[in-house]
Amino acid sequence: MAKITFITKDDDTIVCEADSGSVMELAVQNGVKGIDGDCGGVCSCATCHVHVAPESVAQVGEAGEIEKDMLELDDEANERSRLCCQLEVSDDLDGIVLHVAH
Amino acid sequence: MKPSDHPDPFQQARVEQGVSEIDDQNDPVQMVLRLKDVRKCAHNWKTYSSEATPGRIVVPSEVNIRDTRQIPFEVDPPKHGAFRELLDPWFKRPLQDDYRDKLRAQISSLITEVIQQNSIEAIHGFSLLLQSRALTILMNTPESEADTFISWGTHVFRSEDDPLDAGKAQQLYDYIDQKIDEAETKPSEDLFSTLLAAEVEGQKLTREQIKGIIILTFAGGRDTVINMVTNTLAYLADHPESLKRLRDEPEIRTRAIEELIRYFSPLTHMGRVATEDAQVCEHAIKADSRISLCWASANRDETVFEKPNEIVLDRKINPHVAFGFATHNCLGATHARTIMQVLIDELCEKVDHIDFLNAEENIEQWGEFDRKVGYHKLYLAFHSA
Ligand code: HEM
Ligand code: FES
Repeated sequence: MAKITFITKDDDTIVCEADSGSVMELAVQNGVKGIDGDCGGVCSCATCHVHVAPESVAQVGEAGEIEKDMLELDDEANERSRLCCQLEVSDDLDGIVLHVAH
Repeated sequence: MKPSDHPDPFQQARVEQGVSEIDDQNDPVQMVLRLKDVRKCAHNWKTYSSEATPGRIVVPSEVNIRDTRQIPFEVDPPKHGAFRELLDPWFKRPLQDDYRDKLRAQISSLITEVIQQNSIEAIHGFSLLLQSRALTILMNTPESEADTFISWGTHVFRSEDDPLDAGKAQQLYDYIDQKIDEAETKPSEDLFSTLLAAEVEGQKLTREQIKGIIILTFAGGRDTVINMVTNTLAYLADHPESLKRLRDEPEIRTRAIEELIRYFSPLTHMGRVATEDAQVCEHAIKADSRISLCWASANRDETVFEKPNEIVLDRKINPHVAFGFATHNCLGATHARTIMQVLIDELCEKVDHIDFLNAEENIEQWGEFDRKVGYHKLYLAFHSA
């Protein structure tokens, strides 16, 4: 079981738990504002953009090349940006904190 | 080649040049063909503007057949954002359960009907009906309005033999005028009344602006949705193993839908007008000339997609641009995706297999490129599960 914390643009904190699925799906199921997941998680829509909290960066890891190309043209992108549909929920992600980008 | 295949006519030009010029009524267009370039240009609205003379960013250009600016399509930021703020919530309604339920009822009864027939012509006997009826849910008008939409035929601006038919468009303008009049005297909960009551940046919308929004709702979601649905039926008829797989593995349906939309790319390309001299992969773009963002070519880019010319139903990473990219990304995408979800669910439940009987392809011509975008005629037979 992984515990994942989302912090929205309005500074709402939502703590969710899951053991499978993608982080985007988890956010959508829990109504996290700013995560829409329009494309269902295939890396096409960028409506699942988060900034990984500095202390969680090592745990989450780096974006792949295709994901980076998508993020490059997002006005809110920074070096800690990820599309959270590309993050698979597992024990490895337990405790991470994600700031919703939009 | 199978009859449901859609070959990629852009491959050589995309690999060798990246950009290809076509003529259009003496206002040439440089088609941008690579995924990364398409994305960059779509993102860069300051250099590649949508706010040109109304109709000019469309290919073939509609400048000679209309003066009404389509909104939010032909508006640049920041004004564009204000219109999207108004429209986005309305166009996200397909995510609500009661919207899905209505759509499911429509599609379910349509499938039941076609199963009972020996064979159908799928465009007029299925896709046009589905699209027109679903549009009444999107606009929140009575379902009986669909009969009017159906009577207009497959394209609201173009007649069968004339791609730019001003008389055809007049029909739609007259209908919209009449509906706005009705909404003024007797407001309801439909899109017309909602827009009449709405404000953008503290100002009521003008009648011309309301028209510009409604026209786009009709035009943007017409042949795109019809082709998406028709091409999906043709594919499933031609690939019974895929229908079986979708039935057995419901968890791949979301990915399959994105993949079908990538592969079909129902909107081939859309134009922009350069506001300054610029460059796309070393090709000079002159100020006040046109480029087009070729979604269909970008979606077959071999540097990004593995096996770009195959439908890989469970394609995991699929950064396609079939619904556009950045600022002007498709306002109707939620509606279109919901139609596909319900359609696939209902086909899996009710249909065992579909026979592909006969077809007449619809090939668009863009300069040197011949692109299959769908069918003029498609004859199918549905068999009950
Ligand atoms: C499979 C179906 C569809 C496809 C492939 C499609 C494709 C696209 C694409 C590629 C764009 C971007 C145009 C640009 O960047 O200039 C777009 C924009 C748009 N589409 Fe769709 N579309 C579809 C269905 C619909 C539907 C059902 C509607 C509404 C009923 C709709 C309404 C719009 C509108 C209003 C815009 C302009 C958005 C803006 O400027 O902000 N589309 N569509
Ligand atoms: S959900 Fe579409 S890119 Fe992540």
